[in-house]
Amino acid sequence: MRKVIKGNGAVAHGVRLARAQVISAYPITPQTSIIEELASMVAEGELDARFIKVESEHSAMAGCIAASSAGARAFTATSAQGLALMHELIHWAAGARLPIVLANVNRAMAPGWSIWTDQNDSLSQRDTGWMQVYCESSQEVVDSVIQAFKVSERVLLPTIVVLDAFFLSHTYEDVEIPEQELVDGFLPPLELPQKLDLEHPAALGNLVFPDRYMEFRRKMELAQQHALGVWEEVGREWGELTGRPYGLLEEYRTDGAELVLVCAATAASTARVVVDRMRDAGIPVGLVRLRVFRPFPADAFRAVLGGRRKVLVLDRNCSFGHHGIFHQEIKSALFELPAAEQPEIRGVIAGLGGRDITPEDIEDMLTRAWEGRLEEATTWWDVLPAEDPVRAASVRS
Amino acid sequence: MAVDPKAYDPRNLHLPELEVMHSGHLACPGCGAALGMRQALKALGDNTMVVIPACCWAVIVGPYPYEALKVPVLQVAFETAAISAAGVRAALDAQGKHDTTVLAWAGDGGTFDIGFQSLSGAVERNDDIIYVCYDNEAYMNTGIQRSSATPYGAWTTTTPVEAPKAEPKKNMVEIMVEHRIPYTATASIAYPEDFIRKLRKAQSIRGAKFIHLWISCPAGHKSEERYSVKIARLAVETGIFPLYEVENGVHYTINHEPAFTDVAEYLRLQGRFRHLKDEDIETIRRNIEWEWKRLRAKAEMGRTLPAPPPPVRAVVEEGEHEPSTE
Repeated sequence: MRKVIKGNGAVAHGVRLARAQVISAYPITPQTSIIEELASMVAEGELDARFIKVESEHSAMAGCIAASSAGARAFTATSAQGLALMHELIHWAAGARLPIVLANVNRAMAPGWSIWTDQNDSLSQRDTGWMQVYCESSQEVVDSVIQAFKVSERVLLPTIVVLDAFFLSHTYEDVEIPEQELVDGFLPPLELPQKLDLEHPAALGNLVFPDRYMEFRRKMELAQQHALGVWEEVGREWGELTGRPYGLLEEYRTDGAELVLVCAATAASTARVVVDRMRDAGIPVGLVRLRVFRPFPADAFRAVLGGRRKVLVLDRNCSFGHHGIFHQEIKSALFELPAAEQPEIRGVIAGLGGRDITPEDIEDMLTRAWEGRLEEATTWWDVLPAEDPVRAASVRS
Repeated sequence: MAVDPKAYDPRNLHLPELEVMHSGHLACPGCGAALGMRQALKALGDNTMVVIPACCWAVIVGPYPYEALKVPVLQVAFETAAISAAGVRAALDAQGKHDTTVLAWAGDGGTFDIGFQSLSGAVERNDDIIYVCYDNEAYMNTGIQRSSATPYGAWTTTTPVEAPKAEPKKNMVEIMVEHRIPYTATASIAYPEDFIRKLRKAQSIRGAKFIHLWISCPAGHKSEERYSVKIARLAVETGIFPLYEVENGVHYTINHEPAFTDVAEYLRLQGRFRHLKDEDIETIRRNIEWEWKRLRAKAEMGRTLPAPPPPVRAVVEEGEHEPSTE
């Protein structure tokens, strides 16, 4: 069924089709309309789930952890401050190996208060053991939520499905909503190998001494590595069922590209237009869209970027003190290439706190990269000088 | 079945034979929390799942891969006992397993302090859980630090004898009562029949149930292990810890009329009170008197008030769980 819906609505439809059994959630802009829609679906009987309307995001994740531990398919959604408040339990969910799915609408962290998009909220959860998928369109959102449950339940790690505030969460797009029968065939009911079980009572989460703790963490790492192949396989299977295959990353006009732009989420839609325009002008540029960020598809990046002349990474985030986060990770992956195949790599930090990244911005970045006019390893794009003349004047007066 | 202080004989207890706790566990000698769990599971039976946040019981239950209980246990983050129990409840209901009891078993720090928000959320939603706070009146697992359950005058490592706790104990039961939940009660490990009756009554009620269980802690109270039950009994008989229950936030029943033994008897058995001067003890005496006046006034008010109108949930009564009156 085709429908014109918002990105947040796409999340809700994905959760409904995945037959989530327990939703534990708390409102925060710009995520709120996800859980509003889910609350309606539950109230109207379209979704047979228990919805715990908790008093904080911390409890939202705690509720998901408990429900998942007791064998139910669990979902929550949040943004920014809410995700940060969950952080303790984000670690807990992954350490407990629970296949929870969380939709995070990327929102910039305060202070100052911002409700607009950037990726520092979700990327701050990088080292928790969760998988992360960045979506470009509402179609990808509904498809990715369903895939996330399948992959999570296969590898026993939770997944954050990420969408940009407003550019995706509140933008209406034409979406093919899969049929329930199709999703039921794709995603079987949850069967956890270990859960709270009266027939086989066990204590989950007990004290672990140093002789065993590391083994549990090693298994999380192995599960992440294994998950790369599972995301590919599940993305292919979804493609066979729906005609919409997905991979770890997505290439656009990379054939013969000597300069490749890497970016994620909705900025990629803008970048496609620019790549077309510059190709028409005879500049050999291409685009790689990062989709699955954890596990990190290092091999895939080496395969697509190795041997290019230049790579430009566009980060809508910053690891203060050391580049944008995608830039860091891609550079580290490329370091393992033979020296002759290593491209020159530059990073641009742009669009923080929801600032527009326009086609003109991207064309200008690519032109400067192509002409060797990005001297610094990382360039902050479209910012006032560090000494803000307006503020400086107001302080003086 | 009310506890008649004259007829009460601790050597002649009628407790269920059922044991849901193994004899092997990691509690200290004389631990009231171990005794409390044993009694609780005798009451609730083995169709029970137990949620334990960070607290002494996170250790007592045993390290990986051991378990001191014969029922499933979920260890959860410090501040999440109530929501975690609610999450397990939701998952069980989603799978049609409505008859399994979910017990949240948390210490005073995890209840009065860090878990307060999630507890308030869960009981306000009237989530169908039994929440037992086993209260040893300080952060004992981390080595005896003050909590908001620590009583006036007590020594802890963060309230040294030069500056013992100056504030009264937070009244957690009244806070729960004011959430208008179906059932709130206090209990003591020294009165297991009363505790067991209250747990079974809680089990028969749909919605949020809160039981405040006073326990002794030889390591933290600086008391002798052999006096653990005696001290718990004195907490009740001196009037410091009244045994009562409240239905729908309105109807109070005082379950046990204490002997009002002089509180000095209770205090002198615990090193945490050794530094108290006579005037401090007199302050504690006056507070006991005042608290009992307040409790009796509330009980009297509850007798004259009709049952609250909807949406406060009425208790599902079962014959064997009639509230006791004296």
